[in-house]
Amino acid sequence: MSLYDLFNETLLSLTGNKVRSFLTILGIVVGIASVILMVSIGQGSQASITKSIEAAGSNLLLVQSGGRSSGAFGGPPGGGGGGSSSTGLSQSDVDLIKTLPGVSVVAASNSSRYDVSTPGASVSMTVNGVGEDYEQVKSIETSVGVFISNDDISNNAKVCVLGTTAVSDLFASGTDPLGQQVRINGILFTVVGVKTASSTGATMFNNADEIVYIPLSTMQRYLLGSDSISVINVEAQSSDVMDTVQTEITDTLMAAHGITDSTEADFSVTNQATVLSTASTITGTFTLLLAAIAGISLVVGGIGIMNMMLTTVTERTREIGLRKAIGARPADITSQFLAEAITLCLLGGVIGIGIGWGVAAVIDSLGVMTTVVSAQSVALAVGVCAGIGVVFGYYPARRAAKLDPIEALRYQ
Amino acid sequence: MAPILEVKDLIKIYSTAADETPALGGVSLAIEPGEFVAIMGPSGSGKSTLMNILGCLDTPTTGTYTLDGVDVSGLDDDQLAEIRAHRIGFVFQSFNLLPRTTVIRNVIVPMIYTKVPVKDRERRAQEALLAVGLDETRWYHRSNELSGGQMQRVAIARALVNDPAIILADEPTGNLDTKTGEIILETFKKLQAQGRTIVLITHEASVAGHAERTIHIRDGLIIDGSHAEAVA
Repeated sequence: MSLYDLFNETLLSLTGNKVRSFLTILGIVVGIASVILMVSIGQGSQASITKSIEAAGSNLLLVQSGGRSSGAFGGPPGGGGGGSSSTGLSQSDVDLIKTLPGVSVVAASNSSRYDVSTPGASVSMTVNGVGEDYEQVKSIETSVGVFISNDDISNNAKVCVLGTTAVSDLFASGTDPLGQQVRINGILFTVVGVKTASSTGATMFNNADEIVYIPLSTMQRYLLGSDSISVINVEAQSSDVMDTVQTEITDTLMAAHGITDSTEADFSVTNQATVLSTASTITGTFTLLLAAIAGISLVVGGIGIMNMMLTTVTERTREIGLRKAIGARPADITSQFLAEAITLCLLGGVIGIGIGWGVAAVIDSLGVMTTVVSAQSVALAVGVCAGIGVVFGYYPARRAAKLDPIEALRYQ
Repeated sequence: MAPILEVKDLIKIYSTAADETPALGGVSLAIEPGEFVAIMGPSGSGKSTLMNILGCLDTPTTGTYTLDGVDVSGLDDDQLAEIRAHRIGFVFQSFNLLPRTTVIRNVIVPMIYTKVPVKDRERRAQEALLAVGLDETRWYHRSNELSGGQMQRVAIARALVNDPAIILADEPTGNLDTKTGEIILETFKKLQAQGRTIVLITHEASVAGHAERTIHIRDGLIIDGSHAEAVA
């Protein structure tokens, strides 16, 4: 049986029962579409993280309160050190870091979640208290109004800057948020600006635009009731001095906090790039997990194909008997049914890729999440489809080929 | 002239775990090229078993079978398929056409297993259909839109199309009324006149009567008409 005949026979047989062929491939369509979609969401998150590595710049260091190793086992070491050990970071640490060589700009911040409300809405979101020069260190831009100024910080002003998602959460569309008042944990703040939508958009972990910025001093005074600082953002003068600056900060702060053993430090210094590459690894693992779950539906689709092929073989027993009587070899019968299974799977795969791609594009254009459909995932999907066709089509095909023509012709 | 089909001392025993059932107890017969032979016997006589062996769908337990000069008794599945494709044309009681498929396509199907060039297929199928008296008004109809007699003629065209050494017809009129059955038998006679060798298996004497010679079979043995002794 030539390839031309194989193709022709397959086409005739599959178009002979279009409704059933369509229903059979539905399982594969759904499976492949979900694999493509899940992988595109995972890869989209990865891409946006890579983008934020570039956006944040590799010159950024984060000093965070809380030790590297102490966190897991109870609180910070308290005994023995007397009054010299301190908890967390303070304004004096910020001032100390500013004096270090190689440091360009320093900005303190503290973030926490609060209920943010307007007369029309109430949403729990991240409130970021920002110290002086935060706008510069983080390269923040506003689309409307201005960012928190150094004057606002020294005056403990009750002003805030909203992210774009926060605006849409809190105000009816079309409302100009400038000059409006919002309550954060019950305290009234006046909106002075709206931050430009983040270039990274939303990832599967968080939404960078669902955020409210207020002066750090205001936050400490009215919301926290303490002077604590959770993060000190440090911009080094160049990427070459990053490692030196990181060591200097560690040494200086340990001396200031009276800590000699680096494993007992009550703060940690991390390189922004390292943090983001770690996050990227996590998204990679997550992508794999999503794909694996979607893959389960593919297996179910494959079983559907096998079920349908077995039914077909039984239904077409007389046809198989006839084909054998007129000279089809067992191999001809095997290849005919295998070709049908593979064609069904590939057809389902192509439709599934189309649907998965389409849904991913819609999600992306709606701004819900960033999605990326890569050539590799499409190629993989096609390969997997053909594989499923072979695996789940082989047994029914062999069963057809082994039928005794005499019995088959007599089958009612 | 050498016989186109010759079997000698054919024995077929169906073995199961429990017992052995003899179906053919030593059958010998010969058929000359261009003959129209009927093999006749009641049900259970072994005629179906004989027909399956003659059609290369089954192999004998012992004995030899020579078809068109080839000893086919010792061939494997693939070789038997090859013989069936090129040398045997089957006509069945229940037609066995592919449903939802056009008449012409039904006649083309055997040619995909004999590797007839694609460009020749349609023409050969049309010739075969004309030979059984089906004109072009029916060729592109679906097979299940035809009457029983027309379906059986399509089946005969399908048996003819690879130019086989013999046409084996198993109760070809069994599912047809007497009048339509006559037309089918006339079609066979016409084909014989064109030089075809036809073997008809039936249990009806009136059907067997259309053949030139009738081989009677009963209880797995040939009673008369074998002609085997003539060539032995």
